[in-house]
Amino acid sequence: MIYREAGDFKTTYSADNQTFPIRFDRMGYYAVLIFAAVVIPFLINDYWANSLLIPFLIYAIAAIGLNILTGYCGQVSLGTGGFMAVGAFTSYKLMTAFPGLDMISITLLSGVSTALVGVAFGLPSLRIKGFYLAVATLAAQFFLVWLFNKVGWFYNYSASGQISAPSRDFFYFIPFEVTGPTATAPAKYLFCLLFVFVLAWVARNLTRGSVGRQWMAIRDMDIAAEIIGVSPLRAKLTAFAVSSFYVGISGALLFTVYLGAVEVGASYGIQKSFLVLFMIIIGGLGSIFGSFAGAAFMVLLPVILKVLLVDGLGFDTALSAHFQFVIVGALIMFFLIVEPHGLARLWALAKEKLRLWPFPH
Amino acid sequence: MKKLTMLALTSAMVAGTPAMADLVFPSLSYRTGPYAAGGIPFADGYADYFTLLNQRDGGIGGVMTRVPECETAYDTERGVECYESTRGEGALVYQPLSTGITYQLIPRTTADGIPMHTMGYGRTSAANGDVFSHTFNYPANYWDAASVIINQLLEENDGSLEGKTIALLYHNSAYGREPIRTLQTLSEQYGFTLTEIAVDHPGQEQGNQWLQIRRERPDYVVMWGWGVMNQVAVQEAINTRYPMENFIGNWWAGADHDVEQAGAAAAGYRSLNMNRLGDMPVFDAIREHVVDAGLAAGDGSNIGNVLYTRGVYAAFLAAEAARTAQELHGTADIDAAMMRDGMEALVIDAATMEAAGMPGIGPEFSVSCEDHGGTGMAIMQQWDGEQWVTLTDFIAPDDSVTQPLVEEDSAQYAAENGIEPQCADS
Repeated sequence: MIYREAGDFKTTYSADNQTFPIRFDRMGYYAVLIFAAVVIPFLINDYWANSLLIPFLIYAIAAIGLNILTGYCGQVSLGTGGFMAVGAFTSYKLMTAFPGLDMISITLLSGVSTALVGVAFGLPSLRIKGFYLAVATLAAQFFLVWLFNKVGWFYNYSASGQISAPSRDFFYFIPFEVTGPTATAPAKYLFCLLFVFVLAWVARNLTRGSVGRQWMAIRDMDIAAEIIGVSPLRAKLTAFAVSSFYVGISGALLFTVYLGAVEVGASYGIQKSFLVLFMIIIGGLGSIFGSFAGAAFMVLLPVILKVLLVDGLGFDTALSAHFQFVIVGALIMFFLIVEPHGLARLWALAKEKLRLWPFPH
Repeated sequence: MKKLTMLALTSAMVAGTPAMADLVFPSLSYRTGPYAAGGIPFADGYADYFTLLNQRDGGIGGVMTRVPECETAYDTERGVECYESTRGEGALVYQPLSTGITYQLIPRTTADGIPMHTMGYGRTSAANGDVFSHTFNYPANYWDAASVIINQLLEENDGSLEGKTIALLYHNSAYGREPIRTLQTLSEQYGFTLTEIAVDHPGQEQGNQWLQIRRERPDYVVMWGWGVMNQVAVQEAINTRYPMENFIGNWWAGADHDVEQAGAAAAGYRSLNMNRLGDMPVFDAIREHVVDAGLAAGDGSNIGNVLYTRGVYAAFLAAEAARTAQELHGTADIDAAMMRDGMEALVIDAATMEAAGMPGIGPEFSVSCEDHGGTGMAIMQQWDGEQWVTLTDFIAPDDSVTQPLVEEDSAQYAAENGIEPQCADS
């Protein structure tokens, strides 16, 4: 009824090619943006920020990053945790070596250094494919964690190998602390939101431009892509670079803004690589929306279940922890059986149905 | 459905009514995951002691206590969630029982003005109260533990470890790496050779590590393990035919479940303990007032075992600090800031322990503004194949070794985070 394209005329190519061609979608998108940027900062408290929204935003960045590599370019990676660690340790070294630096520069530089490391570990992808590449990136995961454990320089030779984030400001002219214990919830939230918005916007536009089309050509059939003139070297390495840039930023934010102190083995281990991989599989490969949906599913659901079971129904904490495994596991199976292409595909189908409703024929 | 609504209603009522007046001691426990074997008895002991105080004495100073539990699974991200979700209830003190979570909570709790007690774990240099205003790690810390082990070995070897080799088998995390610096200093001082052997989380795989031990045959193996890693290490030591008397765990690697599976084969394995064992009056009281009343946190089978006793001891120290705070501020209804003062003024002597039904459970110690670390004394215990037997009295660490290291590490922390010493004016 309301959700339809009839009557919504496009007179220019750019209007026709926009991300949200249907007015209702577009309005919804703006409404969500305004709500997230203007309303939530006034409502947010420490619990909402630190338990739900900030981890969700940070994992959304990681999921977009991995989705670029795996979903759009078809290169399976199990090195996400290791690349996130590169971002985190770059941030730590920059924060402690240059106390005057602001967080925006630190975070972007962390992304850049991760991109360089990502390209280096992406080189084997020119030779090997599929499962073999997954194993090569797995090596990156273990190597990087080992490196950050082994070389004292990375953690400033502290006794325990832990790194902790000192207080730093948003940007030069914006003296709001976004890291450290005294940073306020709205400041941390807005900082993450800014990165999520810009990075998601860039990712969306990259993936539908020429670079993204090259990635998808490689994904769909690399030999055919090479024959029509796509350079596999350029396509694969740009995918690794962009993806690692995103993953590095999310790893940096996870350390600086969210956790404040990390230990590489516990926070950036192999389980983190799997977590992000599950996010994009459940959310939907090759979809920006899917990255958000998958991150929301994997981050928010356990917390919501915990609140529901322990605080709502008075379950014993151990029992509720076990129930969470059962429920989350069952839901994952359910979604993958009902829709193997993930939540993004479910969302798209729902929209399609809604467009025809109430006259499906 | 009706039952569920009822449940929800009653729990909402329970959570809603008493809120303000209670003394809240949140328990960040882990009853799931690879470290649950250690987390469960500790959490049970912690909760049961407060239930005992409520049932028998009507709380502390006439105010009832409450122990909201939150499951962390030893995971730092879940730990943050747990901290945020329990903080608002008027939490008096946090005991996360995880070195990783401790590191994360040190700046947060300091900023929020809530004290944290990391008994025998966490950041060792937090013993310097001048820098770490809201973190306490009495009665002992890791560097004390390392020093105590070496002191005991010195005594067994007639005062000289010259030419001996000691292997440190450690959990490859902040927890396991803590003692390295102390042991390195000690190895220079006493002339023994230190080999560091790391075991990655969760510690199920130790084949390579024990191959190395079999090849090098160190005179002693010292273990900094936790969770499933301990059981595996004990089993591997048996398989390697390593002499069990020379295999020594720290106080987190010496619980009943660590050696029970190996049973008689593990006889001779030694470990530290920061609290004494044995059948103390407090356990009878818990059986009578808590277990028989159906209020126990667990199934009651853990009562009296190593980590349960330590949980009770931790709760006892927290309760005594709360009592001290009540006397100090002349009010029964204390808040987190008063609790911190209470912890800083805490004095534990034989009479206090006796009165609580646990005579001689720990060393006598007192806390001050500068010293948040206690005496650092620990006992050595040995597994005889069926139970843990106390071998020694409380052994003192060598403060001349640990103190400079504490100073150095806390000074670095203070410089990185711009912290002014807090004790100068008092």
